[in-house]
Amino acid sequence: MVASWIEPGSRVLDLGCGEGDLLYYLTTHKGVEGKGIEQDESKVVRCIERGLSVLQGDMNEEIEDFPERTFDYIVLSQTLQQVYEPDRLIRSILRIGQNGIVSFPNFSHWRIRLQLLLTGKAPVTPQLPYQWYDTPNIRVMTINDFIHFSKQVGFEIVKSAAINTQGQEKWGRTITTMTNLRATYGIFQIKQGTSK
Amino acid sequence: MSEYIENDPQGISVGVVEKKFFTFAEAPDTLKLECGASLGPLTLAFETYGTLNPARDNAVLITHALSGDSHAAGYYASEDKKPGWWDIMVGPGKGIDTNRYFVICSNILGSCMGTTGPSSLNSQTNRPYGLDFPVVTIGDMVSAQKRLLDHLGIEKILAVIGGSIGGMQVLEWAIRFPERVHSAIPLATTTKHSALAIAFNEVARQAIMADPNWNGGNYYSGPNPSLGLAVARMIGHITYLSDESMRLKFGRRLQDRNDFSYNFDADFQVASYLRYQGTKFVERFDANSFLYITKAADYFDLGLQHGNGSTVEAFSKTQARFLVISFTSDWLYPTYQSKKIVKALTKNGKDVSFCEIEAQWGHDAFLLPIERLSEMIRGFLDRVHRHI
Repeated sequence: MVASWIEPGSRVLDLGCGEGDLLYYLTTHKGVEGKGIEQDESKVVRCIERGLSVLQGDMNEEIEDFPERTFDYIVLSQTLQQVYEPDRLIRSILRIGQNGIVSFPNFSHWRIRLQLLLTGKAPVTPQLPYQWYDTPNIRVMTINDFIHFSKQVGFEIVKSAAINTQGQEKWGRTITTMTNLRATYGIFQIKQGTSK
Repeated sequence: MSEYIENDPQGISVGVVEKKFFTFAEAPDTLKLECGASLGPLTLAFETYGTLNPARDNAVLITHALSGDSHAAGYYASEDKKPGWWDIMVGPGKGIDTNRYFVICSNILGSCMGTTGPSSLNSQTNRPYGLDFPVVTIGDMVSAQKRLLDHLGIEKILAVIGGSIGGMQVLEWAIRFPERVHSAIPLATTTKHSALAIAFNEVARQAIMADPNWNGGNYYSGPNPSLGLAVARMIGHITYLSDESMRLKFGRRLQDRNDFSYNFDADFQVASYLRYQGTKFVERFDANSFLYITKAADYFDLGLQHGNGSTVEAFSKTQARFLVISFTSDWLYPTYQSKKIVKALTKNGKDVSFCEIEAQWGHDAFLLPIERLSEMIRGFLDRVHRHI
């Protein structure tokens, strides 16, 4: 889904690029000029081995060094819920990139709501498999929250998709109705707001 | 850098290689140095491995560190016991693949391994230069290398690769001759020495100059300042290791004894090791060269030289793609110094990859067989070669 939103030949920064699967795909199939930031040494090694351009470091810090409008797209996959200062990161993304593509798990999926309601315990699902004490997810956010957040921070949502995955499968179905209740993930393409 | 020269475990080698010499800068066309002096004629010792392709776009220049030489890989004779100093990295199918790339390594200006330095004969006096040899800089070393590349007919280098003082030359190349460098791999290096690094170099130089045999640098007709040079090397060695590597390698173990000698013998293994390294070094290295090269490293300040004091401005000149690598336990050129390079390149919108390799061996890690390092260099070179 994320790959299909990216224009061929564009400049792409993948924040938290892991072993560079997305960048590798975009480089080989869409001729993009890719760049990644990743914290884990062995993943960085794997990326550079594959011929990708990747910086080892903390995305929140590294992103500050890039000049304005360096990239056409900046991808932040499944990470926003782990960021300490999400508004600052989003602003930085929109400073150095034309578009941001942000995806995150939707905490208001009905299964999560039901678990909390019925068990009174912090929910654990296939998409959010952590216990409250070992989760890297320090932010609890929903699709509706993100839309609200866009108005507060002052960025524009260009397009969005709500995805429903069953279990651990990688590719889910796009859903169009009652997304905040039915989607396990939300993906948004954002850009600098015109008003602010 | 230390000497870790090891034979390739799989026995793969570039084979028998030859040290060659290139003499240039004959008067009046002498090499103008940063200190204002001119030097010439000059000879550079160099070696090449692999074949320059018809497009002449596969040349890789390796720049060596303090005590290195042009012998980066292979053997001078089939019966040689030890190969060149980076044989684990340079050879057929290795990180720097001699089947694909034309690899060049030359001995740096001021050294004593075949290139003109303070121990060379001054053609004007017919005696060794000694301290009459002008103080050379990293920039001068690179300018001399550029003349060699001109001579070899290489317009654009695919990659300049080197660690430590070799890494300084990599940075200098990318900024001094931006149109000549397609990519750069500086390893375990810095844009300028910290006070800590200068301090160790100063103590090492003082050890040499305090040796009565040093005689103001004029010792070539008499005994060498071997004790001073050995102590200088011992100091260097400490800075190339790390607390952890020394603990693992030596701990407090005693050397060839079960109890303290209660005198000043080398009781501890670490003491014995350092003494051995010092003694071995004086057999092959010139004390004055040690003074000149360490001074060049201390003077090196990329931001001051090329950016009016700003590292960011200095790097604005480069056109090269970079792969910057540091090592966690390197306290001589700690990771923050590599990150400064990365930051300056990023701020200029240049293409830079960076990895800090987890390694316990201190500054010397770049010379040791680390699979991750070879794989990254291989992948990076492959990419930059495709993007030419």
